[in-house]
Amino acid sequence: MSIKAQRFINSIIDVIIPLLATVIALILGAFMLIAFGKNPAEAYAALISGAFGSSRALIQTTLKATPLLLVGIGICIAFRGGVTNIGGEGQIVVGALSSAAVALYVPIESRWVLIPLCFLAAIVAGGIWGGIPGILKARLGVNEILTTVMMNSIAVYLSNYLLRGPMIDPREIEMGTRASQTALLPENTFLTRLAPPTQLNTGSLLAVLLAVVVYIMMWKTTVGYRIRAVGLNPDASRYGGINVPVYQALAITLAGSLAGLAGAVEVLGVQHRVFENISASYGFNGIVAALFGNLHPLGTIPASFLFGGLMVGGNKLQRTVQVNSAFVDTLLGLVVLIVVAAKIVSVNRSKRRAKNA
Amino acid sequence: MHNLLNAATLFGIVGMAIKLAMPYLYAGLGELFDQAAGVFNLGTEGIMLVGAFSSFYVVYLTGNLGLGVLVAAGTGFLMAVLMALISITFKAPQGISGIGLTMFGTGLSSLLFKTILDGTVLSVPGFPDVPVPLLSKIPYIGDAFFNHNVMVYGAYLLVPVAALVLYKTTFGLKVRAVGQNPQAADTLGVNVNLIRYCCVCAGGILSGIAGATFTLANINMFQEKMTNGTGFIAVALVYFSGWKPQGVLAGALLFSFVNAFQLRMQVLGIEIPSDIAMMLPYLLTILTLVFVKSRDKPAALAVPYERSEN
Repeated sequence: MSIKAQRFINSIIDVIIPLLATVIALILGAFMLIAFGKNPAEAYAALISGAFGSSRALIQTTLKATPLLLVGIGICIAFRGGVTNIGGEGQIVVGALSSAAVALYVPIESRWVLIPLCFLAAIVAGGIWGGIPGILKARLGVNEILTTVMMNSIAVYLSNYLLRGPMIDPREIEMGTRASQTALLPENTFLTRLAPPTQLNTGSLLAVLLAVVVYIMMWKTTVGYRIRAVGLNPDASRYGGINVPVYQALAITLAGSLAGLAGAVEVLGVQHRVFENISASYGFNGIVAALFGNLHPLGTIPASFLFGGLMVGGNKLQRTVQVNSAFVDTLLGLVVLIVVAAKIVSVNRSKRRAKNA
Repeated sequence: MHNLLNAATLFGIVGMAIKLAMPYLYAGLGELFDQAAGVFNLGTEGIMLVGAFSSFYVVYLTGNLGLGVLVAAGTGFLMAVLMALISITFKAPQGISGIGLTMFGTGLSSLLFKTILDGTVLSVPGFPDVPVPLLSKIPYIGDAFFNHNVMVYGAYLLVPVAALVLYKTTFGLKVRAVGQNPQAADTLGVNVNLIRYCCVCAGGILSGIAGATFTLANINMFQEKMTNGTGFIAVALVYFSGWKPQGVLAGALLFSFVNAFQLRMQVLGIEIPSDIAMMLPYLLTILTLVFVKSRDKPAALAVPYERSEN
C-alpha cells in the first residue's frame, strides 16, 4: 500500500474510533436507562432534540461548546506535550474571578481597553494555575496529575472565600441574602452579542479563531514542533537539543491560560458575574472533547459542539423524561474510558506496520 | 491562647483525627496495592463515591451494616475490574483512564442518588462506637484512642496486614517484582497482568470500603460528591508514603490531623476564614509531593506491560 493510502486509512480510523466509542457508551447508557425503567429511544430523542433540535437549542449548545473548545485546545497542547492537565476546573475558576475583578474594580471607561485587560488577567491567572504544576514537574519531577487535581480544590475554596467575602455583591449584604456571587459586571465589559436577544456572543468566534491559531502553532511553528517532540519522546528530544523541562512547563502553562480564558469568556460573554461552581465541569468535559477530537485543535471544534450539545440536552432529558442530567456526566465518563481503551487499535496497527516494514 | 493548652480540646482533636484517618487508610492502602504493582489508579475518587452510595442505599433498605460494607466492597471490585480492563488489558494511559473512571463514578453515584432517592439527604444509623474494655477508661487518652467504631479499628488493623501481605508472602514479592521490573518477573514465570489485575481489584475493594466509611461510620448520610477529593489525596498519600504501608499510616495521620485541626480552629479561637482553612489539606498535599523524595517509587509505575516479542 502506498504511504498516501496508509495515511488516508489512518485518518479515517482516527475519526471512526471516537465515534464508535460514543456509540458504545450510548448503548451502555441505554441499558442503564432500561434499568431505571425508562425508554432509551425516548430518552435519547429528548437528549438530541434538546441539544440540536431548535435554533434556541443550537445557540445554547454553541454557548456550552465555547468554554469546552477553549479548555479542549489547551488540553491538546498539554497532552501532545506529554503533560496531563487535569486542572482545567481550577484554571477556569481563577480565570473567571480575575477577569471579573478587573471588570469590577479597574476604573477604565473604554471597552476596547477594559475587555482585553480582563482577558489578559484571566490568561495570566490561568497560566499561573497551570504553570505552578508545570514548573514543579519540570524542575522537581513532581507528578503534575496530582498537583493539578489539588490546584482544582484550592481554586474552589479560594473562589468560595472571595465570593463570600471580599468580592461579594454589596447588594447581597444590603438585602441580607448573602448569596455568594459577585455584583453584576458593568455593561461595557459585556462581549458583543451576535444575534440579540440571544446570548450568542463574540466569545464563540474567539474560541474557533484560537483553535486555528493553536493548530498553526502546534504544526507549523518550531515551538509547536518541540512541544510535540517532547511529548512523543522526551529522551530523543533531549538528545536532539530541546530543553525538555521548559517545553513541558510551557505546554501546561498555555493549557492553563486557555482554560483561564474560557472562564473569562463565560463571565464576560454569558453570565456577567461570577458565582459558585462557575466552572460547571467544563474543565473535565474539555478533556473529553479534546480526546474525542484526537488531540487535534481542529478536531476539537466539532467535538466541543457535540459534548456541549450533550450538556444542554441533559437538561431536556431531565425535564421531559425525568432522567437526571447526571446521566450525561456518567456517559461522558464512559466515553473517556472507551476512547482511551480503543487507542490500542491504532497503536497495534502502527506496530504491525513497523514490523512488516 | 489559653484554649490551645486545654487538654480536653487537644485530645478532642486527637480523637477526631484518629477517626478522620479512616478513609485515607482504606483508600491509601488500596492505592498502595495498585501502585506497588505498577498501576496508577486515579479512579479511586470515583470508586469511593460508588461505594459510598451503594453501601448507604443497602443499609437504608435493610439496616444491615455488615451487608452495607460487603456491597461497598463488591461495587468497588466491579469498578476496579473496569479500570483494570482499560488500563492493563487495553493499555490505556492510566492518568486519563483514572480520571475517566472518576467522572463515571461521580456521575453514576449522583445519578443513582437522584433517581432512586430523589436526591433527598437521609441518614442511617451508622456503626456505633465500641469502647475497648479498660483502655477506654484512661482519662483523655481512652476517649481519643479507644472509643471508636469497628471500621476505625479495622482501618488501623489493615496497616500490619498490608505490610505482611506485601513483605512476607510470595504474592507480595511478586507484586513488588511486577511493579519494579515486569520484564524480569515475566521471565521468572510470574503472570504480570494477572498480578496487576489482583492488585487493582484489591485496591478497588478497599476504596469501596473507604467510601462506605463516609456513609456508615462517620457522617451516616449520602450527599453528592461527598468524598470531596479524599480519593485524590489518597493517591498522593501513596507517593508520600514511599510506597510502604507504615508510610501510608503516617501520611493518613498527618492529613487527618490537619483536617481535625482545621475543623476545630474556630473552637481554638484562631481567626482564619474557614474557606481558607479548607485549602490546607490540598496545599499540604502539594508540599509533601514537592519535598518527599520518591526514591522507592516502583520503576514501572503507570507503564502498561508490553511483552517484548521474538
